[in-house]
Amino acid sequence: MIAIIDYGAGNLRSVKNALDTLGVDSKITDNPEDIQNANRLILPGDGSFGYLMGSLQKKKLISPIRKFIKSGKPFLGICLGLQALFEESEESPGVKGLCILKGKVIKFQKGKIPQIGWNKISPAKNNIFREGYAYFVNSYYAVPEDKSVIASATDYYGNFASAVEYRNILAMQFHPEKSGKFGIEILRRWLQC
Amino acid sequence: MVAVLTKRIIPCLDIKNGSVVKGTKFGNLRYAGNPIGLAEKYCKEGADELVFLDINASYENRKTTLSLVEEIGKRIFIPFTVGGGIQTISDIRKILNAGADKISINTAAIKNPEIIKKASEQFGSQCIVVAIDAKRKDNSCEAYIEGGRKPTGMDVLQWAKQIEKLGAGEILLTSIDNDGTKEGYDLELTKTVSESVNIPIIASGGANNLKSILEVFRKGKADAALAASIFHYKKFSIRQVKKFLLKNGVEIRK
Repeated sequence: MIAIIDYGAGNLRSVKNALDTLGVDSKITDNPEDIQNANRLILPGDGSFGYLMGSLQKKKLISPIRKFIKSGKPFLGICLGLQALFEESEESPGVKGLCILKGKVIKFQKGKIPQIGWNKISPAKNNIFREGYAYFVNSYYAVPEDKSVIASATDYYGNFASAVEYRNILAMQFHPEKSGKFGIEILRRWLQC
Repeated sequence: MVAVLTKRIIPCLDIKNGSVVKGTKFGNLRYAGNPIGLAEKYCKEGADELVFLDINASYENRKTTLSLVEEIGKRIFIPFTVGGGIQTISDIRKILNAGADKISINTAAIKNPEIIKKASEQFGSQCIVVAIDAKRKDNSCEAYIEGGRKPTGMDVLQWAKQIEKLGAGEILLTSIDNDGTKEGYDLELTKTVSESVNIPIIASGGANNLKSILEVFRKGKADAALAASIFHYKKFSIRQVKKFLLKNGVEIRK
């Protein structure tokens, strides 16, 4: 079973709909036991960095998530779920992230903000991504300290890390569940690895 | 050259009693198809997003709309916006929970601008689209509400700036004068608003041919172009539009 973490915001339904169409079982949940027992975990995201971390804390989900990631089972972060892996964000000063990856999340300085729409993914490694267009909605992006975790780059008035990969962790700044066939195929490949 | 975000092509489906309809200048409705069938077709053809406007959003109708939203979410894996008759934060929550990615508000936002702020804080700016229905008046434009029936006395440009300040993620700007007339988008209005705010502008009203869509990006500086009748009545397919834009150097999603 795949657990989709419910932190009280975000369009969780669309992630579940995408998994349904791929024929895999998933559950939207905020129960720590479900997280522990899941064989894959997804942290989706909409809303603000501070809201997400505050909600995870209130629901006592931070330690179950960290434990899950340590267990080596596949973890997928989407949008804010990518940003939350880092230490801090300009969006919510003083709020600590999950601190799984080193680096911080900063705001775009140019162009219209939020970046809303389809932008190009240029894969940097691994077999999950292909070059193509994915749907983004973000005002902030992560700057990993260790550049080797960057799995794809995207240009929005300058390159930023549109996906990261580290051991059993895969995270995307874009929304694969909203990126049409291109995104559904990314999820399919993730489910196979 | 800096690669920028691709321009979006957004078919709009006006829904009345579960069917897609289309009118001119906000009136004279004609049947234009089945919402799910059309949505799936547009998705396959390369639509970048979809907008559903419930133009008859009574209390009884609301339930039909919510189940329609659920059905669309199960079949469509691109972003979609739902608007029409949304009054309260609770209405917004229901539509987002049913599976919509964004909601669009107009009348409720003008009557109570605080709803923009509250909704953006609660659900995130990215899912709050504020629709402005604009009508020319002398040298400026006035915002209309209640489906284009009622003038508000508010200047469109001032209102757009306020919408941005209140935290909305996007503006859906419709020219009432040009809507459904197929005279082309109101390029001047679109450009003025687009250059005055730092959030994306979806231009709407008046798409009549391939060139009008090219112009709303080039001259109108729109971030996205919304169109209805040219797609519903098969004047052009989305693929044709995209091919034409690409040929003319507009960055689009291939």
